[in-house]
Amino acid sequence: MPTRRQFIKAGLIGGAALTVAGLFYSRGLKEAPVAAVSPGLTLENRPIIAAIVPAILAGALPESDEARKKAIAQTVESVGIAIAGLSAASQKELEELFTLLGIAPLRMLLAGVWPRWEEASPTEVSEFLQGWRGSRLELLRSAYAALHDLVLGAWYGNPDTWEAIGYPGPPEML
Amino acid sequence: MSDRDPFIEGINAGWQSIDASKLVADRDLEADVAIVGSGAGGGIAAEILTKAGLKVVLIEEGPLKTSSDFRMREADAYPQLYQESAARKTRDKAINILQGRSVGGSTTVNWTSCFRTPPTTLAHWQREFGLADLTEAGLSPWFDAVDRRLGIRYWDQSPNINNTMLRKAGWELGISVAPIRRNVKGCWNLGYCGMGCPTNAKQSMLVTTIPAALAAGAILVHHLRAEKLILEKGRAVALDCVAMTPAGIHPAAYRVKVRAKHFVLAGGAIGTPGLLLRSRAPDPHKLLGRRTFLHPTTVAAALMPHAINGYAGAPQTIYSDQFLDNVPVDGPIGFKLEVPPMHPVLFGTTLQGFGEMHRDLMHEFANTHALLSLLRDGFHPDSPGGSVQLRDDGTPVLDYPITDFVWEGVRRSWLVMAEMQFAAGAKRVYVVHEQCSGYATMEEARAGIETLLLKNQLARVVSAHVMGGCGMAADERRGVTDTWGRYRQLDNVTVCDGSLFPTSIGANPQQSIYGLAARNASRLAEELTRQPAPALA
Repeated sequence: MPTRRQFIKAGLIGGAALTVAGLFYSRGLKEAPVAAVSPGLTLENRPIIAAIVPAILAGALPESDEARKKAIAQTVESVGIAIAGLSAASQKELEELFTLLGIAPLRMLLAGVWPRWEEASPTEVSEFLQGWRGSRLELLRSAYAALHDLVLGAWYGNPDTWEAIGYPGPPEML
Repeated sequence: MSDRDPFIEGINAGWQSIDASKLVADRDLEADVAIVGSGAGGGIAAEILTKAGLKVVLIEEGPLKTSSDFRMREADAYPQLYQESAARKTRDKAINILQGRSVGGSTTVNWTSCFRTPPTTLAHWQREFGLADLTEAGLSPWFDAVDRRLGIRYWDQSPNINNTMLRKAGWELGISVAPIRRNVKGCWNLGYCGMGCPTNAKQSMLVTTIPAALAAGAILVHHLRAEKLILEKGRAVALDCVAMTPAGIHPAAYRVKVRAKHFVLAGGAIGTPGLLLRSRAPDPHKLLGRRTFLHPTTVAAALMPHAINGYAGAPQTIYSDQFLDNVPVDGPIGFKLEVPPMHPVLFGTTLQGFGEMHRDLMHEFANTHALLSLLRDGFHPDSPGGSVQLRDDGTPVLDYPITDFVWEGVRRSWLVMAEMQFAAGAKRVYVVHEQCSGYATMEEARAGIETLLLKNQLARVVSAHVMGGCGMAADERRGVTDTWGRYRQLDNVTVCDGSLFPTSIGANPQQSIYGLAARNASRLAEELTRQPAPALA
């Protein structure tokens, strides 16, 4: 995962954006709510993860609206649990990534997503992920890889997803 | 039987096992020998030293999880049993490292493949590092003892279909394949070795040497991170440790100080150099943590016209050394071929792409064969491997830039794996690279693989084996340890794990660690007790 400094070093963003980012970043940290609903989830990262999940799982999620919503919510919770199980260093890096993606100008510049995360369509999010996946910048590719692993790990760790891929699950031990 | 948990029975019968996450005050411990790490090296050392009559404290940073915890579910197993939830990565995140982190270390979660240190590797060590006593003949009694102690022998059941495909490919193409020896007794052939053996069939340290040591009076302390050795006048006088919180990610409030006459370091090839670096161990030739090696591993997945069900059955029972044995050891990088177990999280997170493309590949999960190439790093002047460094919080991280020398082998391995999978009947082959959307024929694969960019994260490189960082050498300018594992600059510190290896092994390393640990711990027992060491088996 890239750190904030690496983003800056990558020369992606101009001075003005940086100043804005710095302001938001420091304020964001001060005001960051401590209590998250799930371990690993915060008010900052939750909407971003909730936007990324349906893009990464396009085609795999259930079709009916209600089941789909439930599956997305469940996966977001599982991503949170997965984040909480990472090393302290990785958690910090992810927190920085999500903080940056939570700042509107940086979301637009780095991810090319103009609407707020809550309103971004799966297509828009998918384009952002494709961009990072094939980016010439290693740090964006590694951020993509982290999101890929978190979401797909959370999804396929859930026994509800196994039938669709023909995995019978572990044998019953009697 | 699966409903028995001998470890819990042992604790109920009075074994001394301390969960440091439950401490309510600081604590001091005294021992003849403190062993840091309970994996392949620490486990073997614990049994030998305890049976020699020494008072041993065995320290493990991870949790104690035993067969009754092993539910064969990735979502439980990875956070509990692996370093960083199985998402440990090299500094640039280009290589994911599967490494164990619970009592028993990686032996609790490995895939039970046993190989003696290859003669080619030993010969290279003699030539390049002057390790004249580490000969095939000199080590074989130790490997024999380990075979007996851990039930290592040829697998006596049929390989699963995933392994059979490797054998078939070998037969079709005239590539040599051979069966793998395994450390199992009464294996149920379930296929879940990587999530902790639920039947206690795998002869990991968790069910063999550690119980033997505890039964003979050793003390196990888990959830305890060894932070640093306190050094005075070229000796370690104590080990400063911090308790971990129950989840095992963050340190807790209480500290444990372990005083001992001798310290055995067996925290693995990232943990051991990390501990010595934090301790500011003397390192006059700037070697500590350097030359740390992985077997950078590439992956190819193939859609087969029939079921593979790679989740079922012993994960690794066939291998090929065709591309190790028939090339110069110090030439372009060679590689060992094996297959992985196929489980949804491991496979789904390794596979490239997302959305519909990924979904389509996952829909073929049960019909998918996967092949691995483990690259033998460290034998060529252009393959210095990586180095262990410390993060700001003192935790170790492996810096492992993938060099052009390694990348060249990566591409070659993809070509070989594609050819083998087509020979085994594949309808479509996917090398795990973000730019690969599958090849229907070998011609297509050949053309496609040539165009794949060799860049971090585009090419998926994984690894399970971490070696080196406290390398042995005859000359102190080449290695911080000698062939007995003694840390040259500290009188009472012995390294006893995979960090001793001066190169990668070129094979799954568990038996190399067991054998060397048995040899070196026996010598240490004799030095400390002035008595012949007890036989391991």
